[in-house]
Amino acid sequence: MTKLELVCPAGTPAALRTAVDAGADAVYMGFRDETNARNFPGLNFSRKELSEALTYAHARGAQVFLAVNTYAKAGNPTPWHEAINSAAELGVDALILADIGLLDYARHTFPNLRLHLSVQASASDPASINYYVERFGIRRVVLPRVLTVPEIGKLNSQIPIETEVFAFGGMCPMAEGRCTLSSYITGKSPNRNGVCSPASHVYYAQTDEGLTSKLGGFTINRFRIDEPAGYPTLCKGRFKSGGKTRYLFEEPTSLDITPILPDLLAAGVTALKIEGRQRSKAYVRDVVTAFRAAIDGTPEFTQCVGHLSEGSQNTTGAYGKKWL
Amino acid sequence: MTQNAPTLSLGPLLFNWPAENMRDFYFRIADEADLDIVYFGEVVCAKRRPFQLPFYGAILERLARGGKQVILSTLQLVMDGKDQQAIADMVAFAGDYLVEANDLSSCAALAGKPYALGPSVNIYNEETLRYFEDEGATRISLNAELPVDSLQALADAATVDLEVQAFGRAPLAISARCFHARTHGLAKNGCQYVCEKDLDGLAVDTLDDQPFLAVNGLQTLSQAYLCLLEEIPALQDMGIMGLRLSPHSCDMVKVSEIYRARAAKRSSATETLEALKAVLNGQPLANGFFHGEEGLKYVASHI
Repeated sequence: MTKLELVCPAGTPAALRTAVDAGADAVYMGFRDETNARNFPGLNFSRKELSEALTYAHARGAQVFLAVNTYAKAGNPTPWHEAINSAAELGVDALILADIGLLDYARHTFPNLRLHLSVQASASDPASINYYVERFGIRRVVLPRVLTVPEIGKLNSQIPIETEVFAFGGMCPMAEGRCTLSSYITGKSPNRNGVCSPASHVYYAQTDEGLTSKLGGFTINRFRIDEPAGYPTLCKGRFKSGGKTRYLFEEPTSLDITPILPDLLAAGVTALKIEGRQRSKAYVRDVVTAFRAAIDGTPEFTQCVGHLSEGSQNTTGAYGKKWL
Repeated sequence: MTQNAPTLSLGPLLFNWPAENMRDFYFRIADEADLDIVYFGEVVCAKRRPFQLPFYGAILERLARGGKQVILSTLQLVMDGKDQQAIADMVAFAGDYLVEANDLSSCAALAGKPYALGPSVNIYNEETLRYFEDEGATRISLNAELPVDSLQALADAATVDLEVQAFGRAPLAISARCFHARTHGLAKNGCQYVCEKDLDGLAVDTLDDQPFLAVNGLQTLSQAYLCLLEEIPALQDMGIMGLRLSPHSCDMVKVSEIYRARAAKRSSATETLEALKAVLNGQPLANGFFHGEEGLKYVASHI
């Protein structure tokens, strides 16, 4: 039986080497600017680093995908065009895009460049995915985290290209690329700036009631002494609505598909994506190692990734109907 | 730009009003509101449609009689067969009405025909704008997130009519998950249509009681009401003539009058702002997105 392909994050050249050494089939990264959706200080690659990464990965049989998955700014598309030009010149194995204008540019300028549709395009049904296939020749779609496993299975029978699904790590409860919550509160958004709930707007305050986390001056959560405090991603806080206080949008959980790995394979999925370009080298090593073992069916694989989850809670998210 | 006169449009009703209320609302809009265009159709959740469908015919007929151009709006997020059917039902009317695509699946279905493009299709730059113009888009409603410099660049490049949301809570996110059902401790497939209880969405506040967001089924909105009354002359100067008013339970006939007076340069920013605040009963206003700041801010333009 065909094995699932393991696609792993690389925030830095060191993380890339770690992921490749731990058994990644492919590694993805972005350039060090607003052209990618993890535009965080200290992360991402220069052109030279990408070139070295390609040499390192290819020598070990791994592929390299470049994410240019923010939306080009009106009046100044140059950084995005340059990122695509560099991807083609350096010979990445695939370019991950979301913006229609950039897909059009890449398709016409570099017709042989393999294109993947980013989750940021939020293409969730056969009609839209087939449209991207027909117009831009995309070869793989990274599915938005809004579909159940049966829906994914049905979808795979209705599209002629590969699907990649998120397997582990941070999870958006919203359709990706369609969310401007972050810019509403902080002025910075994933689509335009490559950031969500940016650290520059985060503030923690210790009060009698506990540790309060704030984003852009808004209280996102408050933790009792015995509770682990989390980062104030704005959709993962406790809020008041309808007279109740709760995690309204999403608990501070991580996605973990290991319980349903065989189901995803049976649903015709090609590749599993690990989230976390902002994570440490040690995290990347542990998660990639665990998923390598899970995919290969190595017996010692058990719940060895659980401790790496945000808030130590896991969910299979929208893949299971219960989440909805 | 092909369009020289300002056009006022009413965006699709985002909320799940009881079907009779929805009908009565559109009848009044048809008869009394000074609007050029009315967008109509369920864009948030396909589960709401069966209740509304019996009234579609009467509403469309009444709007036409009231002299409004009707544009049919399609669903924003397509997940299952029910959603696909909702899109197919709307697209089937493409010969009789202009249809507003709110997702790429609708663009695919409308390819080769003229169509309108809704704010949930991402157009952030001129290349994407040009792509959709070539595809047949004749009217494009831009995402509320776009700041003035992006709007200017898009307006400079556009050959079709552009529109921005000038009134109402701004749609900020859409999800597979139903936050209304979740608030009431229900599952999505047994939601009991609880979103019907909140005519303008359910307010979400922080633990410290700061007004924050509003939820509407699968959709999350700003709690503040977008208001671009002060920015209308700037929009007109750059060639963006379309102003979209998103329906709420407040007096939308009055809101239309206020925006018409401002768009036609009959009333000042100050006068119309005061009038709008009176209609809204203390709801916070926001225009930060336009000014490139936090969306929830209200930046006084001092025009």
